Amino acid sequence: MTAIGEKGVQDLSVQIHAAEETPRGYGAMKRKEDTRFIRGHGQYVDDVVLPGMLHGAVLRSPLAHARIVRLDTSAAEAHPKVHAVITGQTLAGLGLAWMPTLSQDTQAVLATDKVRFQGQEVAFVVADDRYAARDALALIDVEYDALEPVVDAKRALEPGTPVIRDDKDGKTDNHIFDWESGDRTATDEVFAEAEAAEDQLVVVQDMIYPRVHPAPLETCGAIADMDPVTGKLTLWTTTQAPHAHRTLYALVAGLPEHKIRIISPDIGGGFGNKVGIYPGYVCAVVASIVTGKPVKWMEDRSENLMSTSFARDYHMRGEVAVTREGRIRGVRVHVLADHGAFDATAQPTAFPAGFFGVFTGSYDLEAAHCAVTGVYTNKAPGGVAYACSFRITEAVYLIERMVDVVAHDLAMDPAELRMRNLLRPEQFPYQSKTGWEYDSGDYPHTFRVALDKAGYDELRAEQADRRRRFDAGEPVALMGIGLSFFTEAVGAGPRRTMDILGLGMADGAELRIHPTGKAVLRVSCQSQGQGHETTFAQIVAQELGISPDDIDVVHGDTDQTPFGLGTYGSRSTPVSGAATAVVARKVRERAKIVAAAMMEVSTDDLEWDDGRWQVAGDPDASRSMADIAMAAHSNLELPEGVEGQLDATCVYNPPNLTYPCGAYICVVDVDPGTGAVDVRRFVAVDDCGVRINPMIVEGQVHGGLADGVGMALMQCIAFDLDGNCLGGSMMDYLLPTSLECPSWELGETVTPSPHHPIGAKGVGESATVGSPPAVVNAVIDALAPYDVRHADMPLTPAAVWCAAQGHPLRPDLGIT
Amino acid sequence: MQITVSVNGESYVRDVEPRLLLTHFLRDELRLTGTHWGCDTSNCGACVVRLDGVPVKSCTVLAVMADGAEVSTVEGLAHGRSEAELDPVQEGFMVCHGLQCGFCTPGMMLTSRALLDRDPAPSAETIREAISGQICRCTGYENIVRSVQWAAAKEAAVRGSADTDTSEAMA
Repeated sequence: MTAIGEKGVQDLSVQIHAAEETPRGYGAMKRKEDTRFIRGHGQYVDDVVLPGMLHGAVLRSPLAHARIVRLDTSAAEAHPKVHAVITGQTLAGLGLAWMPTLSQDTQAVLATDKVRFQGQEVAFVVADDRYAARDALALIDVEYDALEPVVDAKRALEPGTPVIRDDKDGKTDNHIFDWESGDRTATDEVFAEAEAAEDQLVVVQDMIYPRVHPAPLETCGAIADMDPVTGKLTLWTTTQAPHAHRTLYALVAGLPEHKIRIISPDIGGGFGNKVGIYPGYVCAVVASIVTGKPVKWMEDRSENLMSTSFARDYHMRGEVAVTREGRIRGVRVHVLADHGAFDATAQPTAFPAGFFGVFTGSYDLEAAHCAVTGVYTNKAPGGVAYACSFRITEAVYLIERMVDVVAHDLAMDPAELRMRNLLRPEQFPYQSKTGWEYDSGDYPHTFRVALDKAGYDELRAEQADRRRRFDAGEPVALMGIGLSFFTEAVGAGPRRTMDILGLGMADGAELRIHPTGKAVLRVSCQSQGQGHETTFAQIVAQELGISPDDIDVVHGDTDQTPFGLGTYGSRSTPVSGAATAVVARKVRERAKIVAAAMMEVSTDDLEWDDGRWQVAGDPDASRSMADIAMAAHSNLELPEGVEGQLDATCVYNPPNLTYPCGAYICVVDVDPGTGAVDVRRFVAVDDCGVRINPMIVEGQVHGGLADGVGMALMQCIAFDLDGNCLGGSMMDYLLPTSLECPSWELGETVTPSPHHPIGAKGVGESATVGSPPAVVNAVIDALAPYDVRHADMPLTPAAVWCAAQGHPLRPDLGIT
Repeated sequence: MQITVSVNGESYVRDVEPRLLLTHFLRDELRLTGTHWGCDTSNCGACVVRLDGVPVKSCTVLAVMADGAEVSTVEGLAHGRSEAELDPVQEGFMVCHGLQCGFCTPGMMLTSRALLDRDPAPSAETIREAISGQICRCTGYENIVRSVQWAAAKEAAVRGSADTDTSEAMA
């Protein structure tokens, strides 16, 4: 631990881990990957240059909904630096104009009939360099016949609304799916009782979780290199799931899977944005086939924000049945889910609303039910992206906002209301009313740790004082205190119930031990900054007693790694991390047999002690992994059944998800004159089970908290009624900077996962999931003098001011 | 147009299109890919380099505007290949986990270096102000602030021992 006691550190009691030394297993250590990043030697897709490489650019639709009348590419083709122009018609000839989505819908690669959102892909130009490719886009002439766009999800199912997906046979409306979870009858009974009883009430609130975009700093792109001689396609691409992509390309394009190699080099942030397959990737592949040369395509920022996977866009109605003493009995939810023009959400097949079913949150309920309806609109496709743990972001926001609305209506302290209803430790493993088995947790303890860390009572006292001064007419900022307690469900998942397009969500791992005891771990998951090269080496180190510095972690190349589903939904540590521990234990058991042969004793006589196999009771008789590895490669006579070498493989099929939790407290100051919100403090106590590298865990939490502040206060992809995207650049889509973020105050509790080999749970998305309601609750709390019950994100100064005046804004439509 | 640009102390003469952005000149012409590109609109700062010592966003500087200038990029931060030759800012980012995906890191480090060159002991608020024109999507900024403070503390310690050495030598 390094405490930097120099000038300017706001709070030295803030828990923070930094790294000086390399531990032999778990603990803070410098990241192995950083040696290249800090020298500018990372290799991101756009850094890769192949001999003879050409550059592609996508022509996009300026309109949200229009029929394509005429498409003339002749002038572009005549450009001296242009090699090819690919259109929807070109692709139709190859059977590739449409591709399947991860939600078993179809998506246009290049539009053939009409365009369905602003920014949709219409043509693809291949030229000598990126500037020439852009020049040629301007030479393509497209005539559109504009159609009425469907922008408001609430209008999508109204009779007479234009049908967006008329490409689908017999489609007469914009309906995608209806999905429900929980016991409707039991829930309705609880609500009927609550409505009838004097000592109970039903609290209702509509809320929007607006459309946002993950906006990783590196945009999406690919280099397709189809070798015309061998027929092998090498695709360098920004993907969080290289193996899943390989199989999908095989299925979509009919390419033999062993002739496809996906290389996902360093990734400049993903957050869910790089899970799906985008039309630009497919165009690059086709362009390489057509030209016989490698073709690079990198989207620009506007393309990234306007066309790739958005997140959220959930229009929710929450209802809570509660006694007047504050005992929450039931929760009922209706959701209208805006999926955009193509249903391209990425989630396990059986879960069209993702894991929204975890909306019962951290509370002990009698009954719960939700009904979700998905609709098409003339907006970009996507929907499950942005560190959301498959829609648990929306679920946690719903329940944590509802709890505060209940507290408002009951005039009860929201901390007291939560404490009364939190699950108790003895209820674990807990069967939720919507069918989830929470593995472990001590919620009241975690919550108390956060309240104490924040100094909750003192904060309330300060707030009361400030309100008195405000009421007396003093020009003081309005102070707000916001709470949230979240339960996450991450690490998809058990292959019996969870698959993506039929691919079960288990992960492989391979571990090689070289003769000198150095190791190479090969994993399928894909770091986008999470530090897998370090933490996964630490897992092996902890199991085998060798230094993490002596373990190389290979990932991001399908020709070099075992199959697995990739990194999203906080699944790397729960699934690939478990596979790593299991494969290391296999190696350790194999090493035991070799060690016994080396020392001419029975394996029964050996015990694992401090990184060595030792004869029980004889500390002088022991062998390290390096000793054993060399012997395993030597002419040592081995017992029957052992082939030599220590290498092992495994596939880990998780028995359940892991359920991290956390208690977050946000303190804001709101300027009543302008509506501007200043986040003064943010206390985050996370329980993600055993921490492999606490420094990295804290970094993951920090990043998620910044996301939460951004979504709560700034970020929104809105549209005007013509379907124009109003968040198409970083000038319009506001991301938090160092000035909007406070100095995070972290804490931890540890309840290990009982079913994970090392007791760890995922943490990558916890803070993104848990923090938005804490910020919103704080702002609403600050507005108590105006008796504001709810206002939708993002709580920009205008939104806050309007809410205080009693005229809340609708955030998803720019013009209302 | 022919331009002569000094990058990390090495002089380059190139014929470039007048519209070529400095970031593309560095990345595509010189193959110095540590300078990244992130937004087109001068918001994110992934492309920050130093132009005659001043941090600039190289996506909004034309290569021809750098004619005759001295450009420093992330590749020039360290004095050599060994870990001991890293710039304290680079070391601070590693020790304090000031980076995750690494995409904003070169720009953040160059701005931080420029800050420490003019203010060797900046407060947290000063550091936040200095990097506020740049976006990091991973770290939530706190560990970047700490990284810069770590570098400042290390440089202060080095200066302190150098001062001690000097005064001892003089005595």
